[in-house]
Amino acid sequence: MNEVAQIVVLTLAAGTPLVFAALGELVVEKSGVLNLGVEGMMLVGAVASFIVAARTHSPWLGVSAGALAAAALSLVFAVLALSLRANQVATGLALSLFGVGLSAFVGRPYMSVVIEGMKPLAIPGVSDLPGVGKLVFAHSPLVYASIALFVLVHLFLYRTRAGLVLRAVGESPQSAHAIGYDVIGIRYAAVLFGGACAGLGGAFLAVAYTPSWVEGMTAGRGWIALALVVFATWKPWRVMVGAYLFGSVTLAQFQAQAAGVEVSSQWLAMLPYVATIVVLAIISRDATMIRLNAPASLGRPWHPAG
Amino acid sequence: MRAYLEARPRPSRLAVWLAPLFAAVATIVVGFVVFSALGRNPFAALHAFFVEPIATRYGVAEWLLKASPLMLIGTGLALAYRANVWNIGAEGQLTLGAIAGGGVALAIGDAWPSFVLLPMMFIAGALAGMAWAAIPAWLRTRFNANEILTSLMLVYVASLLLSWLVHVPWRDPEGFNFPQSKMFDANAMLPILLPETRLNASFLIALAIVALAWLFVRRHVVGFEMRVAGLAPSAADYAGISLRRTVWFAMLAGGACAGLAGVGEAAGPIGQLLPSMSPGYGFAAIIVAFVGRLHPGGIALASLLLSLLYLGGESAQVHLGLPSAVTGLFEGTLLFFLLAADVLVNYRPRIARAAVAT
Amino acid sequence: MPSFSRRRMLATLAASPLALAMPSWAQGKEPLKIGFIYVSPIGDAGWTHQHDIARLAMEKNLAGRVTTKYVENVPEGVDAERVIRELAQSGNKLIFTTSFGYMNPTIKVAQQFPNTFFEHATGYKTARNVGTYNARFYEGRYLAGIVAGKMTKSNVAGYVAAFPIPEVVMGINAFTLGMRSVNPKAETKVVWVSTWFDPGRESEAANTLVAQGADVLTHHTDSTAVVQAAEAKKVYAVAYHSDMSKYGPNAQITAVTHVWDKYYTDRAKAVLDGLWKPDKVWGGIREGMIAMGPFGKTVGNDVRDLMKKAEAGIATGKLHPFQGPVKDNEGKERVATGQSLGDDALSKMDYYVEGVQGKLPAAK
Repeated sequence: MNEVAQIVVLTLAAGTPLVFAALGELVVEKSGVLNLGVEGMMLVGAVASFIVAARTHSPWLGVSAGALAAAALSLVFAVLALSLRANQVATGLALSLFGVGLSAFVGRPYMSVVIEGMKPLAIPGVSDLPGVGKLVFAHSPLVYASIALFVLVHLFLYRTRAGLVLRAVGESPQSAHAIGYDVIGIRYAAVLFGGACAGLGGAFLAVAYTPSWVEGMTAGRGWIALALVVFATWKPWRVMVGAYLFGSVTLAQFQAQAAGVEVSSQWLAMLPYVATIVVLAIISRDATMIRLNAPASLGRPWHPAG
Repeated sequence: MRAYLEARPRPSRLAVWLAPLFAAVATIVVGFVVFSALGRNPFAALHAFFVEPIATRYGVAEWLLKASPLMLIGTGLALAYRANVWNIGAEGQLTLGAIAGGGVALAIGDAWPSFVLLPMMFIAGALAGMAWAAIPAWLRTRFNANEILTSLMLVYVASLLLSWLVHVPWRDPEGFNFPQSKMFDANAMLPILLPETRLNASFLIALAIVALAWLFVRRHVVGFEMRVAGLAPSAADYAGISLRRTVWFAMLAGGACAGLAGVGEAAGPIGQLLPSMSPGYGFAAIIVAFVGRLHPGGIALASLLLSLLYLGGESAQVHLGLPSAVTGLFEGTLLFFLLAADVLVNYRPRIARAAVAT
Repeated sequence: MPSFSRRRMLATLAASPLALAMPSWAQGKEPLKIGFIYVSPIGDAGWTHQHDIARLAMEKNLAGRVTTKYVENVPEGVDAERVIRELAQSGNKLIFTTSFGYMNPTIKVAQQFPNTFFEHATGYKTARNVGTYNARFYEGRYLAGIVAGKMTKSNVAGYVAAFPIPEVVMGINAFTLGMRSVNPKAETKVVWVSTWFDPGRESEAANTLVAQGADVLTHHTDSTAVVQAAEAKKVYAVAYHSDMSKYGPNAQITAVTHVWDKYYTDRAKAVLDGLWKPDKVWGGIREGMIAMGPFGKTVGNDVRDLMKKAEAGIATGKLHPFQGPVKDNEGKERVATGQSLGDDALSKMDYYVEGVQGKLPAAK
């Protein structure tokens, strides 16, 4: 039991940065916007959270700063892609490039700084209960926050009027506009929300998972988060499944090695990517499902006629 | 009073020229402020970025050398993007091209003369790039799987495949188990265009592909079909143009170009297989394609610009001790301005007096 | 990618032992310009960081006589040659190329700049104006193994490694031999992460090893993540490249660190004095190129003494980490009793010694 608990704890932690970033991107895409700048926003979130945590000695202030900084960066994307109608794919990629450079630049003086990372939740007595205690009560607070975020995003999208409007905007901006909704405003809000979530994902890495700042520390997780959104066919609960699955495949690979399985590490390392492709193909095969779930206007610029 | 954008009836010719100029000026202004804030002489910094790298014959050769793969891949990708097919896995297709071309070179050794071997390597590379691109094409047409994600995932798979090859089966037996293949024989190396530089025949191949693409998108029927499919999918449906065919063609064209670029790197400046064959050309080429407005001519210029920025970053480190992070920052800024300025091509800024119903 | 190993050169490029003619800067008119090329950002710990510490030490030791320039974050591959050339072109007369993948570019540029001296870390090709240098990392690994073997309670050590090249395998084996020299029951579990640098993955691998019973961790990757993970999981850690005690104040029991300070200063002096010649240096504890980091608070005096004794043995040449008999983990004898492994066999190592669990992935 204890070993199972260990594995669950590790898997949840490994999936958490992906959960944050992918849920945020899901909301962005539901509004019909494709922001490929997740990696850049995560890095900016990571560096901002680390700097603030180092200066204030408060991981929580750091996390908030990470979310704000990444949201601010996503504003650049919003202005270019929504107001100035630049191509979303190119703008997103440029955002990633910029975010990587910006985070490396402002983070330079902080690479040698050590901070007190965010501690896992510990309820005296309860967290130490054999099995269940570790399973339920010993995660980083941000792991719980990511699960709460999932619940909120799910309720928002499917149980609130605002969520309905957001989906309508992603489905058909023309109709939403015709009914009188401010399409651009709603998309701005979605992009900023996505930026903040990516920032939280980065912040989790920098102040909780491996408390430190190093250039490029997200190591491609932003791109994985993008893949997860499609993998999940734009459904929040599938994002969760995908994120933890991805985390667990990586861990399973290490488990297998430590247990003495003889396969070249490169082949093992391919597994998560190949698995993603295969699952993607299986899910997408049902064309109606994709059509039902994919926001119809995804990635297409739209603007009210001048 | 509010500002808004009014669509132009047709793209403005003047703006096509003015937009990049505006972007360049804006970037230089930002660079000026940033470098001054860093306590550097901004003139020296801009000189190091834009002039120093190409002040010598060798520098110019390096500039063109680095632009070649970007040009080649960007051209291939633009064909796909025109058709709304989002191949962003060119980096993986490049890697497969290098593997196949390099594999031929390693297998043949010095048995064949250059004029036979080099074409074989390029053919193998192009085919391998196409094969790698065919996977997302097949997944898209057969399973409807999103090609952005599958092509991207395949980048990771390709780089791990290359890593395995140079770590295990293709490792140089005389290389003390280091992860690299043996050096190619001289007959598998591309001829040098400018003596004492690294500029090689792959630059000519890139130019030829650009010219070919130019003709293609203007004249060829498939080119027309693709443009239609890209601009108005429903109209293309109506005209009976097959989406399937478009997807296949777009992916394969991109894969072939990236594969050629991979061979160009392996048989050009590198001369062997290493764990990584490209410093991200496949991704940079996406930006090149858009900055070049998906037009072959524009792409040629855009690849020169990106290549110069890259060399500028190195030069700024060597001559001014500026950290490497500044390069990414500077590149990102320029791209933002370029993308922002693009709006002027298709739209006219307007200011309306009273509140206008939206 | 940080680099790997070295060995004696292949006879392909004949090295002339003659010092080159004494040039003008040697007469002390203007400072000698020295260039460095780094594979990753300098950061706060790791492979490149140690080279940069040495660069600064050299600047201080030879104040007024040298100036240095560096270019960081240059990937191995097509860009390296241009950067090295740029360093040579802009007047640097001594250039340190600090990663294995710079080997062929260094050799190529060296041919074009016959009056510039090059020092390539961890490679095996030399030339008239190219020398190589490397450290016997495995000596430090053996010593760290002694401390780990005494500190472990579960008798399982976890090793997070990047790629199965000889340099890394040598370290795993030396560590295991050191550990078992004091604790024959101890074993090593290895996890390959297929990357030199990804703090997240390194930390996941470390946590997996802890979950499988390891209570002392070490790593052959480039971040501080493994030491940090050990700190969080309250197990011990042996840091690599740099002293990482501030990342794991309780976890770090010792560290295997690279010290290039003296070497860089000596080489620059040799150029200034007109005495530089291409060498193939492979220095260890004795030469001061490998130094053990500070002991952790929890390491008792008996353990410290034990390790220091072994350290002295290695320094005087009495003790060799790969002293026979050495068996691989399939029972085959690799080093006979009374012998020790030669440099050539060391640098081609492609097996695990007894006590390492599993099978080497790339072994053919």
